[in-house]
Amino acid sequence: MKLLVAVKQVAALDEDFEIRADGRDVEADFLIRDVNEWDDYSLEEALKIKEAAASPVEVVAVSVGPEDADEALRKCLAKGADRAIRVWDEAIEGSDSIAIARVLAAVARKESPQMLFAGVQSSDHAFASTGVATAAFLDWPHAAVVANLTYTPGGDTAVFRRELEGGVLHEMQIECPAVLTIQLGINTPRYASLRSIKQAAAKPIEVLSLQDLGIAAPDVGESGSLSRVRRMYIPDKGRAEMIEGDVEEQAARLAQIIKDAIGGAA
Amino acid sequence: MSGILVIAEHRRGELRAAALELVSAAQAAKRGAADKVAVVLIADKPERLMPHVSVGGVDEIVTVKISAHDFDPDALESAVGALIAARKPSLVLIPHSIDSFGYAAALAAKGGFGFATDVFKLGYEGSEDSGQAGLVATRGGYGQKVNVEVDFPGKDTIVLAVRANTFKPPEGVSSPTVTEFTAPPVRSRLSSRSFIEVSSGDDVDMTAAEFILSIGRGIGEQANVERFQELAAAVGATLGCSRPIADAGWLPKSRQVGQSGKTASACKLYVAMGISGAIQHLAGMKHVATIVAVNADAGASIFSVARYGIVGDLFEIADALRTHFEPGS
Repeated sequence: MKLLVAVKQVAALDEDFEIRADGRDVEADFLIRDVNEWDDYSLEEALKIKEAAASPVEVVAVSVGPEDADEALRKCLAKGADRAIRVWDEAIEGSDSIAIARVLAAVARKESPQMLFAGVQSSDHAFASTGVATAAFLDWPHAAVVANLTYTPGGDTAVFRRELEGGVLHEMQIECPAVLTIQLGINTPRYASLRSIKQAAAKPIEVLSLQDLGIAAPDVGESGSLSRVRRMYIPDKGRAEMIEGDVEEQAARLAQIIKDAIGGAA
Repeated sequence: MSGILVIAEHRRGELRAAALELVSAAQAAKRGAADKVAVVLIADKPERLMPHVSVGGVDEIVTVKISAHDFDPDALESAVGALIAARKPSLVLIPHSIDSFGYAAALAAKGGFGFATDVFKLGYEGSEDSGQAGLVATRGGYGQKVNVEVDFPGKDTIVLAVRANTFKPPEGVSSPTVTEFTAPPVRSRLSSRSFIEVSSGDDVDMTAAEFILSIGRGIGEQANVERFQELAAAVGATLGCSRPIADAGWLPKSRQVGQSGKTASACKLYVAMGISGAIQHLAGMKHVATIVAVNADAGASIFSVARYGIVGDLFEIADALRTHFEPGS
């Protein structure tokens, strides 16, 4: 019995940053890497299922990315993932979420898990499409924005609730194996202990190439993508009027704004 | 390849507002009168939704009857896929919504269509490669700190999921022609069971509150919630929060403002303390007339929607603010 969890090493921007010379991304020096927040919840959901299961369940974390994605995978290992797989090849550079999904689908074919979990979206580019596109390449059933899951490993079906706009939940049943994209708040992700972080550092990460997965180079990267970044730029955003001064002055101004807005009712 | 398909979304028998916004988005992307705009109604009773989409700018309504009353990603994907194969439209617009998260990427991946999500701007521009005008879609990147223009080289049909509240619904009515389209049979692998309204036992109605003081991750830990509860009471505000606070169980879900929480519909003054301003939170409050943001990070996105901003220590500001609302002050 196996659960596959897709994780992404995302990038956030430093307070000050510069656009790359070709105008198509931010200069790499200004990117701060971390595990995608949604993926913490996907991994936790898999670990919870493993721990509650009557028979052994293997949790495998997979990431598509260069060497720095190992950091995300080590975090998964430290929290309790049994194995970690990283896929990379120079040709993958420039892939959109759909090309990444093609790689993940190939890993799923190789690993034959009973379920694949992915985050609803990534905090950096938020396409909200990798998981569902992976399901399409596998021809598996798929569901997005899962906020509650009832699943017994090996079961033919699972029952889940997807979180709709306005806080309404929609309960559905899905055939398995399936791809589910996991929403924040579905569980409370655990922290890794210092001891397990140390142990994870010594665990192997399996590195796969496109060749290992039987994927041709033109099926990834820009040629394997459904969109291409043409230009990235800093938007001319509206900016709040900043209230300067010391804390007392700032608080006094805020108090005045409040009193003005609510008609001096206070 | 011509024509624009707008996939209308509905839930529990009601058309969702985003459907009409997409009609306006289609107008923005039209390359001339020959580019007809067709609204597609995929439902168990599509004819019931027809009057709601007979709005200005709609040339045609395409009805597709399916058996599912509620959201069925397999049926939607199959119906839209078949429609694209039959009509070869240049552009297909879908709302960027929880429903589209569930099938749009599968549709695009299987069909190999051009694809982008959360698009807030679109239009045709000259391309350096071919000299021909190509579609350019703009979306956010890196937590909305940059704008990203994407194009779709070599793609005849492009599927775009468009951000809600970006285009104004069209005015006026129209008398579109109506076409029935028969979708191929599909065996759905999902079935709908029920809808559940989240109730928390907390009787606050965020949608009715006129003055909201909202707290986010910046408050640090649960023990600090009480300070802001007291502050909200002192200043006469309803206490709200962003997603992480509700997910952690520090405040009930009914207090969450944002896409998956409540919309601050009646709010006139919104004070956001320690909220960075994720797009999902902004969806619930960016329309408020007066927004004040207090945040330790000068680069927080919330400052781009706020009218007033304070960069500083939340707790110091909160304590100093409270002194202005003490009895006798």
